[in-house]
Amino acid sequence: MPYDATNKTVMAWRRENGRVGVRNHVLILPVDDISNAACEAVSNNIKGTMAIPHAYGRLQFGEDLELHFRTIIGTGANPNVAAVVVIGIEPSWTKRIADGIRETGKPVAEFSIEQNGDIATIAAASWKAKEYVQWASELQKEPCPVSELWVSTKCRESDTTTGLSSCPTVGNMYDKLVPQGLTGVFGETSEITGAEHICEKRAATPEAGEKFMKIFKAYQDDVIFAHQTDDLSDSQPTKGNILGGLSTIEEKALGNLEKIGKEVSYIDALGPAEEPAKGPGLYFMDTSSAAAECVTLMAAAGYVIHTFPTGQGNVVGNPIVPVIKISGNPRTLRTMSEHIDVDVTGVLTREQTIDQAGDALIEMIERVANGRLTCAEALGHREFSMTKLYRSA
Amino acid sequence: MGEHPHLLVHDKADNVGVVVIEGLTAGTEMLCVVTEDNSDFRLTAQADIPIGHKVALQDFAEGDTAIKYGEDIGKFVGSAEKGGHVHTHNLKTKRW
Repeated sequence: MPYDATNKTVMAWRRENGRVGVRNHVLILPVDDISNAACEAVSNNIKGTMAIPHAYGRLQFGEDLELHFRTIIGTGANPNVAAVVVIGIEPSWTKRIADGIRETGKPVAEFSIEQNGDIATIAAASWKAKEYVQWASELQKEPCPVSELWVSTKCRESDTTTGLSSCPTVGNMYDKLVPQGLTGVFGETSEITGAEHICEKRAATPEAGEKFMKIFKAYQDDVIFAHQTDDLSDSQPTKGNILGGLSTIEEKALGNLEKIGKEVSYIDALGPAEEPAKGPGLYFMDTSSAAAECVTLMAAAGYVIHTFPTGQGNVVGNPIVPVIKISGNPRTLRTMSEHIDVDVTGVLTREQTIDQAGDALIEMIERVANGRLTCAEALGHREFSMTKLYRSA
Repeated sequence: MGEHPHLLVHDKADNVGVVVIEGLTAGTEMLCVVTEDNSDFRLTAQADIPIGHKVALQDFAEGDTAIKYGEDIGKFVGSAEKGGHVHTHNLKTKRW
């Protein structure tokens, strides 16, 4: 029987802006690198809160600064976050970030360190963090439709098994859930090289396809041709990809695109960390293919669960978004099973169909939405990596 | 379910397949399954080929095109015999 999400619900948090969150984090969010220490001190003082230290936020300008703001604001605004304490070195950028998060309606407080010092800032912020975490701990979950979840995807340590099993498993999930109202996203601009003509055809409208190709060409011209020192044969496919049996970038890209299934088409192409604005459906996002950077950008766009096919075995997690790993490589399941949430090795032995694997992934998405910790969460993976477009002033 | 396949092929148009078991040795008479329609055939492996790596379904000469997912995935820069190993030593992207 085909999967019917109509009456399927998970127990999750309905946020002030109507979005559904599957985690209930209280974040202590630094505006800039030099506020990391204060944020970490607050999260150490107040149990149940989480600081997200990062490397940037000073002397950035132009598009790179806008992306920084969008990433930090989007992280705080994500429905997996109940409330946020923002700490920055000076008040104006700190307020800009706090106000951006505040648009969601969730509680936000901001503190700046100049003329206060770390110790007074930490004390004041700790009082607020304590108030927020106690408030958040009493928020009740309620039944929310599975179709209201925003689910992202990207793969890593790809090999030929990802194209045969774990990527089409994610594609099958999107084929089943996107028509029923799910909001999805795939990205990895560089990984589409070699299959861009196929990706262009998967757009729902000519406009979306043109937008994708514009992003793809800009990446080719601004990143690859501007910085290449050789023909990229050494880095694309990567050494790990080659070890796994992938020989060419076309082969890698075609396997990668299996993640978007056979039927769904994407309705828009987003900039990095840009929130989808065209309603439910599948989106493409311009992202790096580096695991932590890509998941960070998708989380900042508002996605609440990430599905991550892996062949040779990647271990990435995210501070606020549960990352579900799917693998069909029997050697990876044998050597590093503690990282794999959904085992689809049966697809390679023909004991499991892609349809069954897709159902197994949907079941795991529901369990994780209901609160089950993913392998990455249990193992403490909280990689938060900002995408930097160019060097700071 | 009976015997597990040794080799999977995505599309009927493909001329390479993927080893899906560990420790495949030369001389193995492989069970090969086309995932598109679940049809199967037999092919003898001509080399020890690691899991995830590709096998030639026909003889290839330099300049031939490899087809996987029903699509062009690159050109042969060396030869490969039917049942032999296909990888970076004999296959390269046409892009660069």
